[in-house]
Amino acid sequence: MSIYHLDLMSALGINVLLALSVYCPMVTGQLSIGNAGFMAIGAYISAMLTVHLHIPLFPALIAAGVVAGFIGLLVGFPALRLKGLFLAMATLGFGEIVRNFFMNFLEPLTGGAYGFRGIGNDPISVFWIWGWVIFFLIFLHFLSRSRLGLAMLATHDDETVSELMGVNIVRLKIGAFGLGAFIAGVAGGLFAHYYLYIEPEFFNVWKSIYMVLFVIMGGMLTFWGGVMGAAIFTLLPEFTRILHDWRGAFFGLVIIVLMIIRPSGILTRDMFRWDYWRPSLKEAKP
Amino acid sequence: MSVTPILSLKDVDKNFGGLTAVDSLDLQVLPGQICGLIGPNGAGKTTVFNLITGVYPCDGGAVFLGDREITSAKPHRITRMGVARTFQTIRLFPNLTTWEHILVAQNFLTHAGNGRRILPDRQREKELKAEAQEILTLLDLWGDRQRKAVTLPYGSQRKVEIARALATRPKLLLLDEPAAGMNIRETEELLHIIAKIHAKKQGMAILVIDHDMDFVMKICEYIFVLNFGIRITEGTPEDIQQDEKVKEAYLGKEE
Amino acid sequence: MFLQQLFNGIMLGSTYALIAISFTLLMGVLNMLNFAIGELFMLGAVFGLTFVNFGMPFYVAFPLAMICTGCTCLIIERVSFRPLRNSPPSVPLLSTMGFSILIGSTAENIWGSERSQFPQWIEPVDFHIGPVLISSTELIILAAAVVIMIGLDLFIQRTRIGRGMRAVAENIDTASILGVDSNLIIPAAFFASGALAGASGILFGLSFSIVSPFMGMEPGIKGIAAMIVGGMGNIRGAIVGGMLIGIIEVLSVGYLGATAKDFAVYGALFLALVIRPQGILGMLQAERERI
Repeated sequence: MSIYHLDLMSALGINVLLALSVYCPMVTGQLSIGNAGFMAIGAYISAMLTVHLHIPLFPALIAAGVVAGFIGLLVGFPALRLKGLFLAMATLGFGEIVRNFFMNFLEPLTGGAYGFRGIGNDPISVFWIWGWVIFFLIFLHFLSRSRLGLAMLATHDDETVSELMGVNIVRLKIGAFGLGAFIAGVAGGLFAHYYLYIEPEFFNVWKSIYMVLFVIMGGMLTFWGGVMGAAIFTLLPEFTRILHDWRGAFFGLVIIVLMIIRPSGILTRDMFRWDYWRPSLKEAKP
Repeated sequence: MSVTPILSLKDVDKNFGGLTAVDSLDLQVLPGQICGLIGPNGAGKTTVFNLITGVYPCDGGAVFLGDREITSAKPHRITRMGVARTFQTIRLFPNLTTWEHILVAQNFLTHAGNGRRILPDRQREKELKAEAQEILTLLDLWGDRQRKAVTLPYGSQRKVEIARALATRPKLLLLDEPAAGMNIRETEELLHIIAKIHAKKQGMAILVIDHDMDFVMKICEYIFVLNFGIRITEGTPEDIQQDEKVKEAYLGKEE
Repeated sequence: MFLQQLFNGIMLGSTYALIAISFTLLMGVLNMLNFAIGELFMLGAVFGLTFVNFGMPFYVAFPLAMICTGCTCLIIERVSFRPLRNSPPSVPLLSTMGFSILIGSTAENIWGSERSQFPQWIEPVDFHIGPVLISSTELIILAAAVVIMIGLDLFIQRTRIGRGMRAVAENIDTASILGVDSNLIIPAAFFASGALAGASGILFGLSFSIVSPFMGMEPGIKGIAAMIVGGMGNIRGAIVGGMLIGIIEVLSVGYLGATAKDFAVYGALFLALVIRPQGILGMLQAERERI
């Protein structure tokens, strides 16, 4: 595989993780447009740990993820009181606050607005990234098939009724937020150690928005949706080379069209049930 | 020797802005009893359900489940203590199958559903799955279990709501207009089902709201009549049928 | 010094107020957040500059640019709103995000990624009002913003279309029973929203001597923030919110340094959402669950 393909696979892997990080709160009905903030936290903390404290990569990634996840839990509390657009705006504001924080503070450690250079000498291999991707995919696979996953989906569908069926939606929603933040934090750490350079501007609003778009495009109610959306976004530029600079505009157009013809996204949860693909069985009951 | 009622409302008030929805309401349901709550539109019946289940806070008075006060408890706690309900307008989970509806409602009965344990308790899971099958079979929904609940016909959807509520192992089942929108055949079927449930789960009390007087008279042992948030009378179906105040409430005063 | 900063804050605040009104108009009438308004803001300035460069006088170029952005917003109505009326609200929002990307990328390709500015249009004369230094350009810009705001407020309160908008905002079904033609009102609201966003972009471009395809993102977000802080769906709230955000931004740059400005603004947004989500002038709609 050429360097170019490896780069592409690495970018894809990180985008998949970012999509999964948005999926977690989304499946409990919370739209978060601020996960770039958690990514930034993960990136900067892991970089500071490996560069300044010479901590090996694996523990640094875990620590970065845990810190991001913890902050996610903290943000999850006030988030409970906000619905829909308000929550989206609050998370957007959070992402911007984090970006600004790294732009203005900790400069001697992180280079501030000028960026953090020299995060290690060699980029991590693409296997590192995909190891984490596979881990989280397996984790989410078991989670979505479990009772907990079902409770999350029920919460997404109708929070009030779920609560009236005995589901502890507070714990579920905050937990989902924290989990998403953890995944984003790990993604940030991997990003930092692959590209060996980060600056606050990388983690801006657009990054957060694109993450959300992966999930929306690919399918909101199954974690494979985020995978598909990330794949489309990362790989599509390769297939639309002829468009040159118009690829961005094309992407915008794709979203607009998709929202009209298939707003729930490409993949749906039903597709993963064995009886979806056999129409004769759908009308079983006389 | 008197039995502690499974549900008692003592002097309960609820106001919305300047509007009094419920006024000094006293109400009691004995364990295993099927009671009805009737009254004209806007009398406050659904509000009472919302007060019992903790969706609205009470402005005054107290609500007891057995001898435990649940007046200011949160909805999911109240459900876990043994109160379950259905809704006036059907509220199913659009993305879940019939079977999954039952599973979700059972979640708090397992610890895995809570997130308290990671790995499920095999034995308990077996019991719960068997119980889920039993409930669905009782309500004649077993064949539809893999279908998305919102794709089922209207009458079946109402049954799914009831099945979901039963899955929480309630001591008190609140049915809000279970026969709404049903034709005569479906209403008959519903009557049979409620009777079956009552026979099967003898310790469980049921409180039914409905507009259909016939329906309520046939199924309930005891009836409370509400108007403008006040209990205007109570009694057995025979008593109620002859009560002037009830006729007045529904039909208006004779001019 | 403080008064000067305050004045500058009001200048900035009035452009934010106009964008906030753009957002809040659609939010109030249709409960829809049009994410593309930031890019329409940018288009206003970009179209304005293009028309000026074609030789049109300012007083033709600017209204024409506003009409163009208004029409662009009508396209958004046709594509992101009308077919998606019965979808959950996140769907039109995402569609407008798509538009935002589309418009931004297209503008970048057509106009290039360099920053430009409007040419000199009048001789700047500096006034002193007390300790505050104001240039004639700033005065005209401020006057234009104020005129637009007052005009819009009157329009909404006094004209038939304005009243129609308020009726639709209240309850779309009741409004149609009362004879309000929503097929007229809704596109009107979109057009007005787009035109306002364009106007705001032109005034901003004039004030701060900048016209670039990237200029829309930040004011767009701040416009949303201003709308929320002031109270959603409420035009006067948008004005208050816009002014407040503008003043906060300028004062924080003045007293805390340039890097602190976004902190202050987003911190204010965060606080507003946590403490009083309905905003300063907003009324908390009964978000009570109907069961």
